[in-house]
Amino acid sequence: MNRILEKRALNPTVTLMEIEAPLVAAKAQPGQFVILRVDEAGERIPLTVAGYDREKGTVRIIFQIVGATTEKLNHLEAGDYLQDFAGPLGIATKTEGLKRVCIVGGGVGCAIALPVAQKLHAAGCEVVSIIGFRSKDLLILEDEFRAASARLTVMTDDGSYGEKGNVCLPLQQMFDAGETFDEIIAIGPLIMMKFVAETAKPTGIPCTVSMNPVMIDGTGMCGGCRLTLNQAGQKVTKFACVDGPDFNGYEVDFDEAMSRASMYRDFERHAYEETCSLFKKEVQ
Amino acid sequence: MPNMAPKKNPMPTQQPKTRACNFQEVALGYDETTALDEAARCLNCKNMPCVSGCPVNIRIPDFIEQVKAGDFEAAYQIISESSSLPAVCGRVCPQETQCEQRCVRGIKGEPVGIGRLERFVADWHNAHAVGKPQPAPANGHRVAIVGSGPSGLTCAGDLAKKGYRVTVYEALHTAGGVLVYGIPEFRLPKTIVQQEVDNLAALGVDMETNVIIGKTLTVDELFEQGFEAVFIGSGAGLPNFMGIPGESLKGVYSANEFLTRSNLMKAYEQNPVTPIMKGGKVAVVGGGNVAMDAARTALRLGAEKVYIVYRRSLEELPARKEEVEHAMEEGIDFRLLNNPVEILGYQNPEDPRDPKNGFVQRMRCIKMELGEPDEKGRRRPIPVEGSEFELEVDTVVIAIGTSPNPLIKSTTDGLEVNRRGGIIINEDTGLTSRTGVYAGGDAVTGAATVISAMGAGKVAAKAIDEYLQGK
Repeated sequence: MNRILEKRALNPTVTLMEIEAPLVAAKAQPGQFVILRVDEAGERIPLTVAGYDREKGTVRIIFQIVGATTEKLNHLEAGDYLQDFAGPLGIATKTEGLKRVCIVGGGVGCAIALPVAQKLHAAGCEVVSIIGFRSKDLLILEDEFRAASARLTVMTDDGSYGEKGNVCLPLQQMFDAGETFDEIIAIGPLIMMKFVAETAKPTGIPCTVSMNPVMIDGTGMCGGCRLTLNQAGQKVTKFACVDGPDFNGYEVDFDEAMSRASMYRDFERHAYEETCSLFKKEVQ
Repeated sequence: MPNMAPKKNPMPTQQPKTRACNFQEVALGYDETTALDEAARCLNCKNMPCVSGCPVNIRIPDFIEQVKAGDFEAAYQIISESSSLPAVCGRVCPQETQCEQRCVRGIKGEPVGIGRLERFVADWHNAHAVGKPQPAPANGHRVAIVGSGPSGLTCAGDLAKKGYRVTVYEALHTAGGVLVYGIPEFRLPKTIVQQEVDNLAALGVDMETNVIIGKTLTVDELFEQGFEAVFIGSGAGLPNFMGIPGESLKGVYSANEFLTRSNLMKAYEQNPVTPIMKGGKVAVVGGGNVAMDAARTALRLGAEKVYIVYRRSLEELPARKEEVEHAMEEGIDFRLLNNPVEILGYQNPEDPRDPKNGFVQRMRCIKMELGEPDEKGRRRPIPVEGSEFELEVDTVVIAIGTSPNPLIKSTTDGLEVNRRGGIIINEDTGLTSRTGVYAGGDAVTGAATVISAMGAGKVAAKAIDEYLQGK
């Protein structure tokens, strides 16, 4: 059991929690993830680490309410306990030796891109960040990104804040202006990462993406998180939990990953609706 | 006078039609009368060939003598000298290739039903025993066990009985390892596993779930924390896939994932929190116990048709005979000498957003014939040219084995592994290339049986005791 020390809504659908988890906090690195269960009968869900405090022994998670489990999680308050909280899992994002990096974050993916940006920034790397959201009311972590970046561009799909358009637009402009980076790190929806990789490909700059597929155990046992990499014409199966979550964005088969991510869409929608109506009944 | 009936007393089971629709245990167990009658078939041979067939050398004729005498508790005590998990082994051991294979009665007729008697004795004890086991006086030494599957639980139990302070680290949220996530309820009820875990707790074993050794803590950190020896029983790892086109389609599972969803996450329940694909036509690829478990689970989840697709013949099927028989009785369709070459998915040419797109629809297979024996003596399957055909399926479960998990190896300096990733040990002691670090079970051998993992846990416990007493 792990206690929730703090809970804060970052926007109407995204919540931040600080979780008491000393063993995980002692080891966690940007790019790694945890597996949690909300209650005794709950499902196991992976969430990427959004921050940690080694001294206090706490781990920060930031999640979007997208289904039954995240809905239930969002109903917990500071002082409540999570049933299980295991990690840190996966391989940390490689940051050694990087001098100039472009971080591209999309939606709630910004929550996991931020610790990477902060780590690079603290190591003296010049961080150029692009963060994108559907609209102004979904914007999160702008100040934090600004503090960790030499330059920050905020994009919204509807133009309600920052520049109008998707994150690939400013990225392309930077390339056109002759800017170059040691690496591009993109974290966000699959479709965003796919297009960031496509935009970056002609430059040949290494492009890392963070994959967050369906997982059960998260420790290299179930194989549900498998994805296909195209390596020099060869299709190679990898497991996001132990080989990732970071992968070479030029190799990932995004179309397959997007298809696999939709495997339980009907089930999830149904479970989400059930959970919501259950909570509504409780309130009444 | 021994009972000279040529056949074993049959195991009472749920009727195939009934059990194919529920997750309750298939085999119901002997009653006292049947157990006494079966025990009377044992000739109590002087040279005890059965004992040498048991990976943990249970004194089989001795416990059966106690059953004959009606002292079931005494029988249990004899079994538990050698085995930490009698109720489990009585259910899942492949007795026909172990103790029972060497039984003298098997020469002219069927061997004594040793496994069935073991199960009877263990269940009798669990139903009648008073009081919990007591912790042994502490000897001051601490040992860490990685993984709470059969090898880890056995090693922990043996060491705790000798007075060691034992901590078991489990990566998942429930202790039991493959006994919980892998073997289905209808073959091994989870209450039985929990009872065995509770017994260990009563012996003073500390169980730490949600700790992934190699990630949350490393083996070296365990030593820094004051553990003097570490046993690695982390089990089999990542599932193998065939490498054929279509394995990433929606509806293709590894057996590990399919069984974990159903067993550990209870996706078989009425309104599960964890989803699983239910119903339709299911093909399970492989011929081991895991394949049988997956096929029978699919059936119970409501499949209208379940195939086992295996590239060799019935004779080479590696699964326990009883599981194969049960599966056949339940109506699983065995497509032997067949090998999948491609899994094909639905794709609506008109509508790229059709929600059915990307789901499994068919599996293309090729017929096989058996050629010359390979180095293991198993006849090699060879594809029959031009014999390809398609099976209509909605779900495919790949049950063709696993490769060792890389987490511990990659974070433990000096821990040597073989070409296939299995931890290298001295077979007599379980000692790895690192002083004080022992290993056993699937992490060493790759996918094998519960009892061989228990045997390895036992060997390591003895070696750890000798090592720490000699320190």
